[in-house]
Amino acid sequence: MKKKLLLPMLAVPLALAACGGNGGETRTLTVFNYSEYMDPEVIEMFTEETGIEIKYEEALTPEDMYTKYKAGGISYDLLCTSDYMLNRLISEGEAQEVDFSSFEYGGNIGQRYWDFAAEYDPGNKYTLPYFWGTVGILYDTTKVHGPIDSWEVLFNGEYAGDIIMQNSVMDSYIVALKYLGYSINTTDRDEIQAAQDLLISQKPDVAAYLVDEARDEVVAGNAAMAVVYSGEAYLGREYNPNLDYVIPKEGTEIWLDSWMVTKNCKDTDAAKQFLDFLCREDVAAMNFEYIYYSTPNEAVLESLSDEERSDPALAPDPDATDNCEVCIQNDAATTELLNELWKELRAN
Amino acid sequence: MDRNRRRQLLALPYVAWSILFTLIPLFVILRYAMVDKEGHFTVSYIFAFLSSVNAKAFLISLEIAVICTVICVLLAYPLVMVVRRLKISRMSFMLFFLIMPMWMNFILRMLALQMILSSNGILNMLLGFLGFPPLQIANTNTAVIIGVVYDYLPFMMLPIFNTISDIGEDVLEAARDLGAGPFTVFRRVILPMSLPGLKSGITIVFVPSMTSFVIADILGGGKIQLIGNIIEQEFTRSSNWNLGSGLSVSLMLFMLISMTFTIKDEILTKRPAEEISEEEKAEPRVVGDGVSRRTVL
Amino acid sequence: MKKRLVDFISRFYFILIMIFLYAPILVMVALSFNDSRSRVVWGGFTLRWYGTLFSNRQIREALLMTVGLALLSSFIALIIGGAAAFGIHAMRRKGYVVMMGITNIPLLNADIVTGISLMLWFIRFIPLGFNSVLIAHVTFNIPYIILALLPKIEQMNRSIYEASRDLGASAARGFFTMILPQLAGGIISGFFMAVTMSMDDFMITYFTKGAGVNTLSTMIYGEIRKGIKPEMYALSTVIFAVVFVILLIVNFSPANKKAGNKREGMI
Repeated sequence: MKKKLLLPMLAVPLALAACGGNGGETRTLTVFNYSEYMDPEVIEMFTEETGIEIKYEEALTPEDMYTKYKAGGISYDLLCTSDYMLNRLISEGEAQEVDFSSFEYGGNIGQRYWDFAAEYDPGNKYTLPYFWGTVGILYDTTKVHGPIDSWEVLFNGEYAGDIIMQNSVMDSYIVALKYLGYSINTTDRDEIQAAQDLLISQKPDVAAYLVDEARDEVVAGNAAMAVVYSGEAYLGREYNPNLDYVIPKEGTEIWLDSWMVTKNCKDTDAAKQFLDFLCREDVAAMNFEYIYYSTPNEAVLESLSDEERSDPALAPDPDATDNCEVCIQNDAATTELLNELWKELRAN
Repeated sequence: MDRNRRRQLLALPYVAWSILFTLIPLFVILRYAMVDKEGHFTVSYIFAFLSSVNAKAFLISLEIAVICTVICVLLAYPLVMVVRRLKISRMSFMLFFLIMPMWMNFILRMLALQMILSSNGILNMLLGFLGFPPLQIANTNTAVIIGVVYDYLPFMMLPIFNTISDIGEDVLEAARDLGAGPFTVFRRVILPMSLPGLKSGITIVFVPSMTSFVIADILGGGKIQLIGNIIEQEFTRSSNWNLGSGLSVSLMLFMLISMTFTIKDEILTKRPAEEISEEEKAEPRVVGDGVSRRTVL
Repeated sequence: MKKRLVDFISRFYFILIMIFLYAPILVMVALSFNDSRSRVVWGGFTLRWYGTLFSNRQIREALLMTVGLALLSSFIALIIGGAAAFGIHAMRRKGYVVMMGITNIPLLNADIVTGISLMLWFIRFIPLGFNSVLIAHVTFNIPYIILALLPKIEQMNRSIYEASRDLGASAARGFFTMILPQLAGGIISGFFMAVTMSMDDFMITYFTKGAGVNTLSTMIYGEIRKGIKPEMYALSTVIFAVVFVILLIVNFSPANKKAGNKREGMI
């Protein structure tokens, strides 16, 4: 009986593998993106409209993406990743210049976001903004007393044992650096050491260092507040109306995920067509509805309700992001220092 | 003698496979471990585990792995005995029950476990319902240990069960008739027979629990840094493959050396196979053969 | 009296362990009926995730890929590892120690190290795709087969095989009738462990897979940040229920009760 069952099951992946290979003469783009970062229907729509097939691959972190891209086992045409990683890829000559002004729908991307991107892509020659957001505090209004508007609540011991920090190097240090009034892109060892001392003294008050589960812990009421990405905060409030999100007054990090065409891309016309497609209002709206991170697409923004448009978790206005910075940290020595300090912090 | 040599040839495909897909990739890692970022030879990464942060992570991992392995062994033996006690015809059925949870995805199981253990979680809800004070398990070492034990218990149980399922009830009966108490039966019959299985079980549980960083991150709230967390961080966020490789290599050497010693002891007493008299080898089962083949797993 | 007490304690212990092992599974089953996209909020009872599950092509493909990959890689590992276990058993001290050392390497390496090193090696001669993942899975599955089989081979009674040969059985017949039944337990538990490991693996699959090859593991890891989709819990529940029912049928079918010694077939 067992053998009978086994054989057809064995045949399945073989058949799958066999039909994966022959693409014929159709045009194909290999696209590398974060997981759950595009509505699957968008991909189907694009293929339907243009006849260009999309080979879609997903990654969890910018570093995973970088490792797999650099290994060269797969020739990616387009990839979407984060600010500092784009900075690195551009400086390593991995990106292809694209004339975004020739895009039919390129105008939908607001000037504010091109300016953000210019921090790591001066002149906006290589990258197209896709989604963006801030890092802030998601908190449970029923568990806090007094206003939450500063990073201070994480460090003054008031909410000891009720705080969740991010389990990632950069997202922890930017909090401390900003609270101390330094730049998040600092390379000054003393400033970084001061941030380290602050984080070490904070450690006994921290309930947990989490990445993906941080939001759920606050939603479930296991903690009063967590440092999260704005997009996570938006989702969190959907599940628990008592939650609120704040961009602390000391300022924070602005993160920006953008697309770039790799230097290996042969069919640049197809790649540009795809990027232009992503800027089209209906497509951008589909992705926005799917992901619910802040969109740089002004056509989509205009279609939102007033309430949504003034929501700091969804569309923070320029005043709120005045003293915020885009993370472009790419200095090898600083990166190494931060990583060492982070291990030390966790071992402490 | 000749036949023995011929039998060794059966390992040839595996030798070829492991050269291609285990040893060569290992050399890739070894090469990273022995050069610095500029490509110059160095042994500093191999010895990086001596630095205070890394050594601390190494010791904590060792501690957690030892605790988890011991707990698994302590839980597995009675469990195996209990399954044996249950009617023979139900044995494989029961065993399957114990193993089935493993077929659910690892990360889903860990998230579910986290929901049970968290401060507002299901366990504390039940405790509160029964009038007990809540437990603070989430984000502690205890939670990590529970997670590792949960994940690896079946891997300890299977090999042990495997080796003692064939001991016939009549063998134990005979031992009891000769005046052995339950403890003596266990120590003199069951334990020795299960040793090869125990060793497999320990290998499968101990080694991976040192590097199970996902459990440490989800259940330990990221507050416990295992050597696996550091290796992972070096390969991902830090992009320092040289250091990551160096730590991996030293971890591997440490384990291989300690294992070689245990294997060696056993081999000195047991090898070469031909010299053990067939009688001695077959002894426990001549009596037990009647029932032995009825069981699976 | 004493026997009944021991029986009671045995049952109690067994049930306790079952609760420990099944509590998270019950949570997952409950979540599959949760009318909320968040795992930590109870939104009422619903069956809709089961509906969306069956209309989801990606999940279906990932499921086929996962099961196919697990069975195929474990099967190949069983052939190679099974033969190897006999070979290793016949080796003298030095060979034995070396081979066991090599066998332990995939267990010793953190998954990410195995994954990256295999990827760096693969890209030199095969494209990343289904085949590369398959090879990777076979590689980390073989040790489980060897570790499960070796103790059984050490215990094995070879004299009955030799007796059968003396009585005129061919080597193959002797092997299948005398050796294989003795090893059935080891084979099945090794195969089981290999299937489990293959289904659970994320890191190694991630680094060795090509675009478009998705397993349930890679899907689930990708969903963690935004919240695991409830369909995944529904799928787990379905898989669980199916295995459970098959198990019950096989165990309580009349044919099986009669032929108690044929239970090798049940799994």
